[in-house]
Amino acid sequence: MSERRAYGVHAVLAAASLAMVAPFVWQVITSLKTLSGATRVPPTLLPEGRWDNYAKVFDLLPFGDQFLNTVIMAAGRVAGQVLFCSMAAYAFARLRFPGRNVLFGVFLSVLMVPPQLFVIPQYQIMSSLGWLNSLQAIIVPGLFSAFGVFLLRQFFLGLPRELEEAARLDGAGPVRIYWSVMLPLARPGLVALAILTLLWAWNDLFWPLVVNTDPEKMTLSAGLAALQGQYQTDYPVLMAGSLIASLPVIAVFVFLQRQFIQGIAHTGTKG
Amino acid sequence: MTTTARSRPVRAAHAAKGRRRPRTEALWGYAFIAPTGLGLAIFYLWPVLQTAYFSFTEWGAFGGHTWTGLDNYTRLLGDPEVGRAVLNTLTYTALGLVGIPLAIVFAALLNRQGLRGVGVYRTAFFLPVVTMPVAVAMLWRWLYNGDYGLVNQLLAAVGVDGPNWIADPATALYALVVVGVWSSIGYNLIIFLAGMQAIPKELYEAAAMDGASRVTQFFRITLPMLSPTAFFISIVSVIGSLQLFDLVFVMTGSGQSARANPAYARLQTVVQLFYERAFVTDDRGYAAAIVIALLVLIAVLTMVQFRLQRKWVHYV
Repeated sequence: MSERRAYGVHAVLAAASLAMVAPFVWQVITSLKTLSGATRVPPTLLPEGRWDNYAKVFDLLPFGDQFLNTVIMAAGRVAGQVLFCSMAAYAFARLRFPGRNVLFGVFLSVLMVPPQLFVIPQYQIMSSLGWLNSLQAIIVPGLFSAFGVFLLRQFFLGLPRELEEAARLDGAGPVRIYWSVMLPLARPGLVALAILTLLWAWNDLFWPLVVNTDPEKMTLSAGLAALQGQYQTDYPVLMAGSLIASLPVIAVFVFLQRQFIQGIAHTGTKG
Repeated sequence: MTTTARSRPVRAAHAAKGRRRPRTEALWGYAFIAPTGLGLAIFYLWPVLQTAYFSFTEWGAFGGHTWTGLDNYTRLLGDPEVGRAVLNTLTYTALGLVGIPLAIVFAALLNRQGLRGVGVYRTAFFLPVVTMPVAVAMLWRWLYNGDYGLVNQLLAAVGVDGPNWIADPATALYALVVVGVWSSIGYNLIIFLAGMQAIPKELYEAAAMDGASRVTQFFRITLPMLSPTAFFISIVSVIGSLQLFDLVFVMTGSGQSARANPAYARLQTVVQLFYERAFVTDDRGYAAAIVIALLVLIAVLTMVQFRLQRKWVHYV
């Protein structure tokens, strides 16, 4: 490729990348300013080292509680989906039982329904169990996923059968084969599901907003939306809060970038 | 299913050894799907039927509901707020499709052989995808601020007096589309890159031998070979855009304070209206009718796209 044209490509990509990253840089700078510094015209590029904006977020909201709620919710959903989806996916991919295809079709039908259709009845279930404003409310419906079953079934179908057959000849039953043969082989698929579930759980807004309205029981997403409602114009504090809330998943992304991108690419092959 | 053929002899040997295996295997099959099966039935499948039923009921102040037949649907058809929300949502969805050609172009640039720094660019594009939508919305609300926002400060530097983007009815929806495209382009880009890497290199080599330029190769090879991926992305983005909620909810809020935004009527979406009816005014029967209408809208637009795919999607 000619070097000169590569410069053109770099120029376009660098400009686009700047448009992607600059808002975040501005977010960091604003979060370190005083309100009067942030609203200066023309703006100053330098942050002012006002770390107390970050402390203020914790004064205005039970941010520590919300952080913990979000961690527990995400961990619970990830663990539940990886276990339950892989079990169902293994059965659909490898075990023979009457009605298998029909049942799989029923599972898939859930994927085609927009999630808002589940919300009112789910809310009523939570309400009748006395689970409103609880950790169970934000975890339990998220333990089950038709998407996860589909993703992992595709993955299991692509695995070689030889190891399973060998294990079977050694007398291993379905549980042993699932646990000791299939799960280790399917690790990349499990990681992809775990990462996507983490991303979606952490960033989820609608359901947590609806079931947990008590500030101590909210997740970061809903808490941040509430903060925005109360302190509409204190931008440095809002920027500090939104940074703390979104940073953990961004950090996971930076460390597990390859797996993240492969996981996303997997979703593209489902069609 | 094709993989079963290979192992049939082994299976047959098994069947001869123990007759009981298929039966226990079936029992294990049901046991393995039981947790997800029960969970989906209780929290997903049964709720869909219930929501459909609720859409024919009216809810009283104390949670009871009575059958009112098609009342919610006739009310829906005559409700100007619903009409506005549907129009806003459809406009947002249609305009958001510009993100697809943009993502293809950037993916094609990133896919150039031997290009350096691909990882850095890809990370930059992907950053908004992994950022919490609530945080994205807050960030852009600040960037779009009429008096102190970065967007208008930059415009002022070149002598343009920018509007109050998300509070101005003339610009609000378009400003929202920009945020939507900005935050989803990385996702589309990754999927297009995966699609491009699956295109056989021989095609490009043959075209290059015939003297086809890079641009010709892009239009004659990359685009047609990528059309199934683009079809998938377009289905997924239309479904996602029709459910837009987070961005608007954070940018406008809900209830009285939201209505104080002069551009509110241009920003309200179907799902936001659903949220308000279901959980702010507790008008859940009507809210159920709104999401059933959304389901129909999604189904119709998805079917239309499947019909149209014959005109532009090339399957090898």
